[in-house]
Amino acid sequence: MGHHYLLPDISRPDRIGCSLPRLDVPPSELPPEELLRQELYLPELSEVDVVRYFIALSKLNYGVDTGFYPLGSCTMKYNPRLHEDIAQLPGFASIHPYQPAKSVQGALQLMFELQQYLAEITGMNATSLAPMAGAHGELASILLVKAYHHTRGDKLLKKILVPDSSHGTNPATAAMCGFEVDTVPSDNEGNVDLNSLESMMNEEVAAVTLTIPNTLGLFDPQIAEISRLVHERGGLLCGDGANLNSLLGKVKFGDLGIDCVQVNLHKTFSTPHGGGGPGSGPICVKTNLAQFLPSPLVTKNDKGYTFTTPPKSIGRLGASYGNFGVMVKAYAYIRTLGAEGLKEVSENSVLNANYLKEKLKGYYHLPYDRTCMHEVVFSGKKQKAKGVKTLDIAKRLLDYGFHPPTIYFPLVVNEALMTEPTETESKETLDAYIDAMKQIAREADENPEILHTAPHNTPVRRLDEVRAARQPDLRWRMGKHY
Amino acid sequence: MPSPYLPNTDTDRTAMLREIGVDSIEELFQDIPREFRNVQFKLPPPLSELELKEELRQLSNRNTNLEDYACFLGAGYYRHFIPSVVGHIISRSEFYTAYTPYQAEVSQGTLQSIYEFQSLVCQLTGMEVSNAGMYDGSTAAAEAALMACRVTKRDKVAVMSTIHPKYYEVVETYAKGHSIPLEKVESNLDGLPSDCACLIVPQPNFFGYFGNMEACVQKAHDIGALLIVIVDPISLGMFKPPGDYGADIVVAEGQALGNPISFGGPGVGIFACRKEYLRQMPGRIVGKTVDVAGQTGYVLTLVTREQHIRRERATSNICTSEALVALATTVYLATLGKRGLRKVAELCYHKAHYAADAISKLKGYSLVFPQPFFKEFVVHCPAKPHLINNTLFQESIIGGLDLSYILDNSMLLCVTEMNTKEEIDRLVEILGTFYRN
Repeated sequence: MGHHYLLPDISRPDRIGCSLPRLDVPPSELPPEELLRQELYLPELSEVDVVRYFIALSKLNYGVDTGFYPLGSCTMKYNPRLHEDIAQLPGFASIHPYQPAKSVQGALQLMFELQQYLAEITGMNATSLAPMAGAHGELASILLVKAYHHTRGDKLLKKILVPDSSHGTNPATAAMCGFEVDTVPSDNEGNVDLNSLESMMNEEVAAVTLTIPNTLGLFDPQIAEISRLVHERGGLLCGDGANLNSLLGKVKFGDLGIDCVQVNLHKTFSTPHGGGGPGSGPICVKTNLAQFLPSPLVTKNDKGYTFTTPPKSIGRLGASYGNFGVMVKAYAYIRTLGAEGLKEVSENSVLNANYLKEKLKGYYHLPYDRTCMHEVVFSGKKQKAKGVKTLDIAKRLLDYGFHPPTIYFPLVVNEALMTEPTETESKETLDAYIDAMKQIAREADENPEILHTAPHNTPVRRLDEVRAARQPDLRWRMGKHY
Repeated sequence: MPSPYLPNTDTDRTAMLREIGVDSIEELFQDIPREFRNVQFKLPPPLSELELKEELRQLSNRNTNLEDYACFLGAGYYRHFIPSVVGHIISRSEFYTAYTPYQAEVSQGTLQSIYEFQSLVCQLTGMEVSNAGMYDGSTAAAEAALMACRVTKRDKVAVMSTIHPKYYEVVETYAKGHSIPLEKVESNLDGLPSDCACLIVPQPNFFGYFGNMEACVQKAHDIGALLIVIVDPISLGMFKPPGDYGADIVVAEGQALGNPISFGGPGVGIFACRKEYLRQMPGRIVGKTVDVAGQTGYVLTLVTREQHIRRERATSNICTSEALVALATTVYLATLGKRGLRKVAELCYHKAHYAADAISKLKGYSLVFPQPFFKEFVVHCPAKPHLINNTLFQESIIGGLDLSYILDNSMLLCVTEMNTKEEIDRLVEILGTFYRN
């Protein structure tokens, strides 16, 4: 069962969910009537009403703590409890961004060191922690590209190339920065089609955005060639670091010729996804781009740590310094694991993905049968031929108690099932998932109806998305005005 | 020692490698050209939970926290009372370890709470529709400006000069992408360009006082521009909502509604608008619908605006946003409700006016702006604000924001329900010591 009532349904006049102090100063005259609000319609609930309502809602959710969550490209790994405790220390949670730098030296030191750790991990030279999510970091990257070419006096550059396997954020970001987007096709192996890239890489191209490893979970072995091609023709090579989880201690973006890359702290560095944020998307760059980094950076001098703005900064990306609370958790993660531990993270994430690939490739079509990195992309096309869609497979997984993989992405794979197990899952969990997937493959042969009607035992069944879009009901209303 | 976050044992790994048909994990990395493989990291050695907690506790102690000090600093990030309920609800890991609710059947908790968030934001702002939240107040303002350009098919943005300076900078960064020029206009609206897509106005403004919004709406609409209002959401417990005076888009920083300041992030950008602009909105939107059995349920909707569907033609590139902060905001508003929010706003108003009144009576001090204000006000001081702040700091008080770079010897002070009369009296007493004949 879903949850059939909303806050206004349980609201009763004169209830309140918290106590507030009495006014301890003489009241002042009220401002002119025309500034004042006539009526405020918000629900009125007791504290116990609030708690029961939201606890009931929480039970309708599936999180990493509930079970296996192999949502490809999202790196849904376990989030250590320790991080939550640390981020809530008053010295981190209860500090103001505009209080004097001398009174927040601990926070600045943490940010300074995190900048350095991320530069070290990615093999880049400088880091800005300002972006508040991965796509925000991508925005910073493309604005840097714009600033770089502008400074050089390059005029013709109006295009960004993205591979056809790229995240939707890549083309959307390029467009937000005023660039045209051209799509580079993949070859039969799932790599960038070099011939196409070569023919597309003309004097109009400002940069190429590359996800490494790509969204097919594959490391493109031609990376050095790609980098040479892009740079020879005056372009920059921007990395999308969303899939960094497979590379820690194995390879550095900087060595591959990447000029700038964003890192998703909420993925690789295990900060909780929060139902869709907060995230954090620091951007790491080579020396030639450091002068353009978003403001501010933390620097160290003989008096301690301080905020500075790079000389040709693309500007500010938020009213403060980025999602500090998320940085604290990522910092704690890096300090807990150290270099060796981070390397083991990547090794085990890749091991787990390859194990799934081998155990399931006899049951689901594997479009690119080669060693994968942190994730494996299957296609549901065998099942599709029998009238069972990937959506049906995903919904049936819910009946078996698993969160489904990312589906219908990347776009280059028909009926895609993009599966990212992460390193925090045990062999037993993977085996249980493999059994469920095999069972579903059998059901697709023997009893497809059970897949078409899945899920059966979730709080709600399949929802009418067309109706939601055609007759938008986006809020409740209380009171006469609104 | 094995890591607590890595359950595979050597035995497991050996068995898995055998199934895969390779001899070592290293073989799985064979696609990485050998010359790039197995780099060295220079990172500090790993720490146990015990050691890390202790080290970070000590590091956090090097920050002066607002729980130990009286705080009169605001300027967009505010210390308000957070009922315990809020932290406990958002600590439910079913909420915080989930991701964007792509699989609606197992995400009704997140989806329904976003529907509540959208509803509460609309009730509070007086607007018709709201999205699920942006990164922060400043990026919400920037995205609103870009949206206004799409709606009006114009490419110039006017910003009132009383906007938070950092918000101005963020709007500038976003506008740069499309080479959209920004024009600053004064409060009298002289020089408002007739070809601008929108006018962005803060209410109350950066200096704490209220402007004439009726005039702004009139002027903006006369030239076919949208009016974007940046509000302090707590003020809406007492003051007129932007929907009442005809705003087209309303944005706000939602941190004040139940979230710690956390050095300025994470917060959440509130974003609401008129219904007619719904399809130009950036960000996630949740809608109510029914399942195959006719039960009510919630889904992400109008997704054809978004990057994962529309790619380069999306209304924004935003993906991961600030869902958990939006949830905290939802719980906060549900907990305070109608009476609570009004009471908080009134406490701020009366305490701030008590403080302003006392300070303006001190020799050498005066209020810089005569207009009505909510909880922040600018005082002209008889000494350099940073010197005053240094003294206050020694007395365990965080003073106001030093505005001397724009207003001679001035400081922006903020008073909320968190400040007791004793704290305010102590502030006034210390300020009084700076006057020299």
